[in-house]
Amino acid sequence: MSIDLKTVKHISKLSRISLDDEKAKKLEKDLNSIFKFIEKLNELDTSKTEALSSIVETKLQLRKDEIKSKDIREQILKNSPSENKDFFVVPKVVE
Amino acid sequence: MSEIIDLNLVELVQKIKKKELSSKEITKAFVDRSEKSKKLNVYITDNFNEAIKSAENFDSKPNFEKKLPGIPIAVKDLFCTKNLRTTAGSKILNNFVPPYESTVTQNLWDNGAILLGKLNCDEFAMGSSNETSFFGNVQSPIGENLVPGGSSGGSASALAAKLTPVTIGTDTGGSIRQPASFTGTVGLKPTYGSCSRYGIVAFASSLDQAGPMTSNVEDCALLLEVMSSYDLKDSTSVEFKRNNYLQNLNENIKGKKIGIPKEYITDKMPKEIEDLWQNGISYLKESGAEIIDLSLPNTPYALPAYYIVAPAEASSNLARYDGVKYGFRSNGENLIDMYEKTRSEGFGNEVKRRIMIGTYVLSSGYYDAYYLKAQKVRRLIKNDFDEAYKKVDAILTPSTPSSAFKINEKTNDPVSMYLNDIFTVPINLAGLPAISIPAGLDKKGYPLGLQIIGKAFDEQNILNIAYSMQKKIKFKNVINDWWLK
Repeated sequence: MSIDLKTVKHISKLSRISLDDEKAKKLEKDLNSIFKFIEKLNELDTSKTEALSSIVETKLQLRKDEIKSKDIREQILKNSPSENKDFFVVPKVVE
Repeated sequence: MSEIIDLNLVELVQKIKKKELSSKEITKAFVDRSEKSKKLNVYITDNFNEAIKSAENFDSKPNFEKKLPGIPIAVKDLFCTKNLRTTAGSKILNNFVPPYESTVTQNLWDNGAILLGKLNCDEFAMGSSNETSFFGNVQSPIGENLVPGGSSGGSASALAAKLTPVTIGTDTGGSIRQPASFTGTVGLKPTYGSCSRYGIVAFASSLDQAGPMTSNVEDCALLLEVMSSYDLKDSTSVEFKRNNYLQNLNENIKGKKIGIPKEYITDKMPKEIEDLWQNGISYLKESGAEIIDLSLPNTPYALPAYYIVAPAEASSNLARYDGVKYGFRSNGENLIDMYEKTRSEGFGNEVKRRIMIGTYVLSSGYYDAYYLKAQKVRRLIKNDFDEAYKKVDAILTPSTPSSAFKINEKTNDPVSMYLNDIFTVPINLAGLPAISIPAGLDKKGYPLGLQIIGKAFDEQNILNIAYSMQKKIKFKNVINDWWLK
């Protein structure tokens, strides 16, 4: 199966990455060559195989829900591209 | 000063302990050489002034009980370092200063080490040649316009060029072992769950592992024992007894059973690599190991499965880069427009490609056909290794299908670039430990590596085999300091 330009644009929307037409065309070519390579997996019958989601198949450890880092608000906000008092600022979302 | 940079980690630790060298003398030697080596483009952010101050502090009240007393170390810029910019080689993290420290780097500092600086790498560790970094290509000390491999390319170059005594990298599909192989150095990817992932910029969380990169096996053993720790901050960290890998290093491998998997013999394999592999086998036999031919039948499916699993996890992990709380932001007409422009301008082409692959394979209607299928294939690959380890103690393969290539040689064809990791990717999918050691030079004079793959948590065993082989191979890296001329 192949990925057409429409699909590339749909994936770009889902990925929240804007694409101009030239870049979308280049990606269409790249993605098709990668998916052609990936399709080798169809040679394998995996109908009876259980999926492996994590290599560490032990129970996840629980830890106490304790506050370990305190008073780091300023340090966190310092990395923000735009902040006002104690808030992150984004373009207006409510009219 | 020239002799300081020629000493390996174990020697430097001894000299400090015997008070033959101070931390400041050592740190200064590596800082001086690093400053002269800008042409290699290995540092994204240096910490030279602070490093010298830390060395002076160490010397004023030295603690010789530490495992890395006053030893300067530069690290891959994927490890978060508190109050020092951490970029992951990306424009989107260009101005990010972490308010916290990664567990692995904290382990280094707790053992007395000093941060020299942050090393260049492929953007978000996605690449095999260090050509995807926002901060430019890294040059290899092996030759001009040669790639150092990737994604830990800055680490490999800095180590081989003697700008740092040892370094650390991360390995999701070969990102420690392939650059180690390309630069004539030693690189180890530990068992998944050995080294904490806390504070490492995430790429593919079920595959990522940090590991040591060193000039010999002894240094590798020492650095691994410092890096490896059980950490509650990483939910996949595994509690097991960590060895004193250096103290327990043993070259006696008599009676060890070493497997040779036939699927790693590829049609296009250069004769030199085949010969190198045969030499490795001979050395093992001379040391009294038993060689056993075996089959890992699902090996050809590892790379296609990896290129589903890794991008899928990456697309989820990289969803956090939205220009709101940290990092680069582009202006948009509204919130969605701001997200889309930020991510389009903030990520490079390879990262965008992988986010798109990942988004596609996880999208409605395709999940079963791609992601679930790949996870099933991952099970088959793990089963292959489980079967093999009923018969053998370790497996020997080449590290890479070729030696280093030229900058820009493979950038136009993503699949040909991906094929670089054909021998290393299966190990990440199975979560196993593997070490690459330098084993010889090809006819161009470029280094080639051999890979020893172990059972889960059996790092000591592969280090011992590597140690025994190192003594037979007697590899010497040829570095002519071309970038200083």
